[in-house]
Amino acid sequence: MAHAATHDHVAHDDHHDHKPQGFIARWCFSTNHKDIGTLYLIFSLLMFFIGGAMAMIIRAELFQPGMQLVEPDFFNEMTSVHALVMIFGAVMPAFVGLGNWMIPLMVGAPDMALPRMNNWSFWLLPVAFGLLLSTLFMPGGGPQGGWTLYPPLSLQGGNGIAFSILAIHVAGISSIMGAINIIATILNMRAPGMDLLKMPVFVWTWLITAFLLIAVMPVLAGAVTMLLTDKYFGTSFFNAAGGGDPVMFQHIFWFFGHPEVYIMILPAFGIVSEIIPTFARKPLFGYQAMVYATASIAFLSFIVWAHHMFTVGMPLGGELFFMYATMLIAIPTGVKVFNWVSTMWEGSMTFETPMLFAIGFVILFTIGGFSGVMLAIVPADFQYHDTYFVVAHFHYVLVTGAVFSIMAATYYWLPKWTGHMYSERWGKIHFWSSVISVNVLFFPQHFLGLAGMPRRIPDYNVAFADFNMISSIGGFWFGLSQLIFLGVVVHCAFFSKVKAPARVWEGAKGLEWEVPSPAPHHTFSVPPVLKPGMLAHDDVSH
Amino acid sequence: MNTVAAPTRNARGVVRITLIVSACAFLFGFAMIPLYRIACEQVLGIKLEDGPVTGRAVAAASVDTSRSVRIQFLASVNSKLPWTFAPEVTRIDVHPGELTEVWFDAANTSDAAIVGNAVPSVAPNTASAFFNKTECFCFTEQLLAAGEARRMPVRFIVDPALPRDVTELTLSYTFYENTDATRRVAETVGAPPHAG
Repeated sequence: MAHAATHDHVAHDDHHDHKPQGFIARWCFSTNHKDIGTLYLIFSLLMFFIGGAMAMIIRAELFQPGMQLVEPDFFNEMTSVHALVMIFGAVMPAFVGLGNWMIPLMVGAPDMALPRMNNWSFWLLPVAFGLLLSTLFMPGGGPQGGWTLYPPLSLQGGNGIAFSILAIHVAGISSIMGAINIIATILNMRAPGMDLLKMPVFVWTWLITAFLLIAVMPVLAGAVTMLLTDKYFGTSFFNAAGGGDPVMFQHIFWFFGHPEVYIMILPAFGIVSEIIPTFARKPLFGYQAMVYATASIAFLSFIVWAHHMFTVGMPLGGELFFMYATMLIAIPTGVKVFNWVSTMWEGSMTFETPMLFAIGFVILFTIGGFSGVMLAIVPADFQYHDTYFVVAHFHYVLVTGAVFSIMAATYYWLPKWTGHMYSERWGKIHFWSSVISVNVLFFPQHFLGLAGMPRRIPDYNVAFADFNMISSIGGFWFGLSQLIFLGVVVHCAFFSKVKAPARVWEGAKGLEWEVPSPAPHHTFSVPPVLKPGMLAHDDVSH
Repeated sequence: MNTVAAPTRNARGVVRITLIVSACAFLFGFAMIPLYRIACEQVLGIKLEDGPVTGRAVAAASVDTSRSVRIQFLASVNSKLPWTFAPEVTRIDVHPGELTEVWFDAANTSDAAIVGNAVPSVAPNTASAFFNKTECFCFTEQLLAAGEARRMPVRFIVDPALPRDVTELTLSYTFYENTDATRRVAETVGAPPHAG
C-alpha cells in the first residue's frame, strides 16, 4: 500500500512540480532543500572565482622577485581575504549546498527539518561576504593580518577589521544554523528502516561535521568578539600592555581552527566514499570502520590544536603531547585511505570524470597528509613553521582534497540535479588539466618552503625565483582550467540534450537514484519503503 | 502532507540541544582565558603573573658559587610612547641564589604626564621559571611628568635549580603607554579644563 503510494506520488510529482511561480518567490523566499542547495552551490562557485582571482593576483606578484604589480599592503589584503573567502565562502557553503541537496534524498526525507531556517542561513551568506569584500574599498583596506587574525597585527590596520569581524560573525551564524538543520534532518527525518548504521557515508560524515560546527564556530565567534572589544572597548584579552596575552588568541583561535580543517575535509571523505564504490562496482570496503574512523578523527581534532603554534614557546611536555596526538590522526586517516584502495581492489572500474576526481583526491590528499605528518614532528616544524612548506601542505589537503571532492560530487550528482548528462569529454579535459596544473602549482612550494621561503610575503630572495615562476605558471593554468568547469556546468544545466536516467551510474546505490532525474521539486513526501539491495550499506554484518 | 509536518515537531528537541551546545561553546571560548591561566600556572608550571616572589622562597635559596650565569639586559619602548628607556649596565655575571640589584633609567621626553607599564620577558623561555624578581618597576604603573627622569631598580635572584646548561639569560623590558591611566591622570591632576 505504502509502496504503491510512493510510486504514485513520484509519478505525480514528475508531472506537477508545484514550484512557486515567479523568480523572486522561487529563489529568494525558497524553503525547498533542492533550491536552497542550488543557491548554496552557485554562491560557492561565485566565491571560488572571486577567491581564485585574488590567488591570481598573489601568483602574478610572486612570478618574479621584487615588487612589480601591487603594493605590499594590498598583497597582504589579498592573502588574507583569499583565505577567508575560500574557506568560509567557497568550501564550507559548497558542502552545505551538497548536504542540502543530497541528505534529504539520501535518507528519504521530504525536505530539511527546518526549511525556513534553511532559507535564512543561506541568505546570511551574501550579507557576510558583501561586508567582507566591502572592506577592500574602505580607507585602510581589508584585513591584512592573515585569515588567522593574530593580534596585535590584525588590530593595527584601519576600521575595516570591525566589518571583517562582523562578517565572520554572520557567516558563523549561518554555518551554525546550517549544522543544526542537518543534525535535525538526519536524526529525525530518516525513512523507516534507515538505521543510523545503514546511512550513506556522506550522511554520516556530514552528521559528524555538523557536530564539529556547533562545537567550534561559537568559539571563533568568541575569539573575534574579544578582538573587537580589545580594539574598540578597551579590554585587554590579548593586549600585553594591559596584562593580556597575544598567545592566548592563538590557543582560542586554533581550538576552533583545527576542527575547522576537518569540517572542510570530512564531507569530502563522505563524497569519495560514495563515488569510489559506484565506479568500482563493489560495496565500500569496511563501512563501519569508515564511520568509526570519521568519529575518531573528529574527536582527535579537539586535542591537537597547539600543533599550529609549536614555536610560541610551549613547555616540552606540551610539544610532545601535541606532536603525538597529531600523529595519532594518521591512523584513522590511514584506515580510510586503505579502505578506498581496498574498495577499488579487483573492482570492475571505469573512469568517468567523478571517479577520476575521486582517485585524484585519494592520491593527492594522501600527499597532503604526509606533509602534515612531517609538520607534526616538533623539531622539524621549527624549520617548516610559517614557510611555503605549510602553504604547499594545506593547499594539497584543501585544493586537491576538499575542492577536488566538491568537483567530483558535482560531476557525480549533476545529472541528478539537471536531468541531463554533462559532456564527459570536457569533464575529462577539465580533470587532466586541473590535476596536472595543480601539481605544477603546489609541488614546487614544498621545495621553496624547505629552502626557507617565508609565507605571506610579496617579495623574496632571488634564490627562490625559478620555483616561484613554475608555481605561478601552474597557478594561471589551474585558474584558467576552472573556466572549463564553469563551461561544463552551464552546458549541462542549460544546453545538454542527453537525458539522464534515474540511476545515472550503473553501479550507483542509494535512495537518491530511486527518484527520477532531474529530481522533482518534491520528493519522498511519503516515506519510501526500503527494499533489499536498495541501499549501499544494507547489510553491514560482514 | 501530514508526514511533512510531523517531523518538524520532533525537531524542536534537537534544535534546543544543539542551541545549548552552541551557547556553551561560545562561553567556553571566554572560559579558556582563566582555564589557560590555571593550566599554565598549576599544571604546566609556567609563570604568567609577574608579581614579586615571596620572602620565603628567597630565603630558602642558597648561593651556588660553583658557577655563574651571565644576565643581559635589554630595554625598549613601544613606538607610541615618547620616552627614553635604557639599562645602566647591559650585562652582569651573578651566582645562582645571589640577590642582585640593577638599575634602569627612564625619561619622559614629551610635554605631558604619561603613565607607562613595562612588560618583562626572559629568554630562553624555558629558563624564565628560574628567574625570580623580588622587586621590579614592572609590577606597578609608572607615572612620569613632562620631562621627568627616573632611576628604577630591579632586584632578582636566579634560582639555583636553573639547569646547568643555561649559562646566559636575557631580561628584556618593553614600556607601553597605559592610555587609560594616562587619561585618568590628565583628568584628576588638573589638566587645563576645556575652554569655557
